[in-house]
Amino acid sequence: MRKTFFALFARDVHVARRNFVPLILQTLLQPMLLVFVFGRVLTTSGFMPMQYKSLLLPGIIALSMVLSGIQAVAMPVISEFQFTREIEDRLLAPIEIEWVAVEKIFAGMIQALIAGLVVLPLAWLVMGRGVDLSMPHPFLFALLCLLVALLSSSIGLTLGCSVGQTQIGLMFSLVLAPMIFFGCTYYPWSALAKFPILKYAVLANPMVYASEGLRGALVPQFPHLPSAVAAGGLILFDILFVSLGIRQFQRKAVH
Amino acid sequence: MAIGIRTEHLRKVFSTPPPSAAPGRGIVGGPMTGRNVRGKSQRIEIVALDDLTLEVEPGEIFGLLGPNGAGKSTTLGVLTTRIRPTAGRAWIGGDEVWTSRVAVKRRIGVVPQRPNLDFSLTAREILLFHGAYFGIANPERGARARKLLETFQLTDRADQLVVGFSGGMMQRLSIARAMMHEPEVLFLDEPSAGLDPQTRLLLWEIVRSYNARGNTIVVTTHNMEEADDLCRRVAIVDHGRSIALGTPADLKATIPGGYVIRIQLSPRTPELLAAFAAETGVQQALANGPNGVDVYADRGGPLVPELLQLAVRSGARVTDVHVSEPSLENFFLHHTGRSLRD
Repeated sequence: MRKTFFALFARDVHVARRNFVPLILQTLLQPMLLVFVFGRVLTTSGFMPMQYKSLLLPGIIALSMVLSGIQAVAMPVISEFQFTREIEDRLLAPIEIEWVAVEKIFAGMIQALIAGLVVLPLAWLVMGRGVDLSMPHPFLFALLCLLVALLSSSIGLTLGCSVGQTQIGLMFSLVLAPMIFFGCTYYPWSALAKFPILKYAVLANPMVYASEGLRGALVPQFPHLPSAVAAGGLILFDILFVSLGIRQFQRKAVH
Repeated sequence: MAIGIRTEHLRKVFSTPPPSAAPGRGIVGGPMTGRNVRGKSQRIEIVALDDLTLEVEPGEIFGLLGPNGAGKSTTLGVLTTRIRPTAGRAWIGGDEVWTSRVAVKRRIGVVPQRPNLDFSLTAREILLFHGAYFGIANPERGARARKLLETFQLTDRADQLVVGFSGGMMQRLSIARAMMHEPEVLFLDEPSAGLDPQTRLLLWEIVRSYNARGNTIVVTTHNMEEADDLCRRVAIVDHGRSIALGTPADLKATIPGGYVIRIQLSPRTPELLAAFAAETGVQQALANGPNGVDVYADRGGPLVPELLQLAVRSGARVTDVHVSEPSLENFFLHHTGRSLRD
């Protein structure tokens, strides 16, 4: 079973490596544009205070990780379950179907972590001077990154197994866009204080815990959710989406 | 040691659209009932298998024969762990399929009806990764892949992505992949659909020699010729049940007369049917469709002029005559009143 699991993983790594350049562009271009416009143009021209750079950076990392993890799992799963049934060979591998789903989550996590690790220095470079990062708790940061990566790939699996090829556009505009814009990526949660309903409604959005958690770990000088709350929220959503994703995968795989 | 396969009272009712097997029409047949649940949402129920009991002997080539939508692919789906039976049980060797899926997956190889190759990989990589899923270690894995690519005449395209492959090449590669881990049971779902005649012969050769090495093979087909030539025993499946099981020769021997002469004419009177049946050599004359008559006889061609004369004399206009020799096709016709291609 271990051999089969790693062979499945090796297959995903092999395919990801082959598509490395488009994959990198797909996951990094959008965050980099955001970083440049919000973190550089708006701040240098004086429309935004310089501190905004530091406030924005953790949100951008969370956003890149979540987007890349979701795309890394959802897109292939959607196409492999299509009428070509490309995934069938892996479903017939001598391993329980659930482990095929777990492997998908695992491979997506790795991609999300790589995206986060690449975005961090790159964004820092693009923003130029004035980014005030500190990392008082590196272990907390590492833990949060793992939780965010797991969140993104398990959401990817859930969406990938629930959405058909024709609904991909809909998935982006109906699920991902609100998740990003109400995910405290561009502003801290405390900025919603004047919107009492929204303030509590966004707590149902797992993205909030990702952005706020990383904000607490990287730029604790800004207001943020307590780290324990962020980590707790992430753990709960991880459990929810891992179990949901695996269940949806089984439904798709076995008739 | 070859292993056998057994199914007991298999039943499968789909409440969601079943995995598409045949492209185009008629995925799964059987009675379809649309009923109202709480007066609102329509729920579909498709009975794909209805009490299917079968036994495949160790080491034989076994054919599942039936028209599109008879339940052949569903049977294969259940036997290959991909479809959960609604009721009944199945065994591959000593392993019960649904309760020991991983053990079963180790013993079987599956060639799907439509190639489901991994489009992100090259032909060789498909075989190598498939081998890796089954825990075959490296030097052995490479050697097997090389040999299979050669056997299936794919060596010159081995290192290209399969996206650009022709249908026949994909089909050959699917079969090679299914053999990569040397399964004890090989399932082939309509293997020769879409293959040119030479490739079909190559495929049959390969299947026979794989069988000769002591492996059990299950083939589904709606092609009589294939079942007749390739299979030691055949089950005829219709509406999710097995309606007959035996060697092709045994099955053919049960058709009255052996020959079937299908005539289209009008008007078709009961007197004319009686006159046909009274002809020497005719066993049965049965009405089929609005204007058809199926005459079961021990002769074919020589009987045609006599039957035509009878028809003309009764004032009927004949539009078509078709003579078929003893075959499984006739057998199917005899048992279901429908041609396999209907």
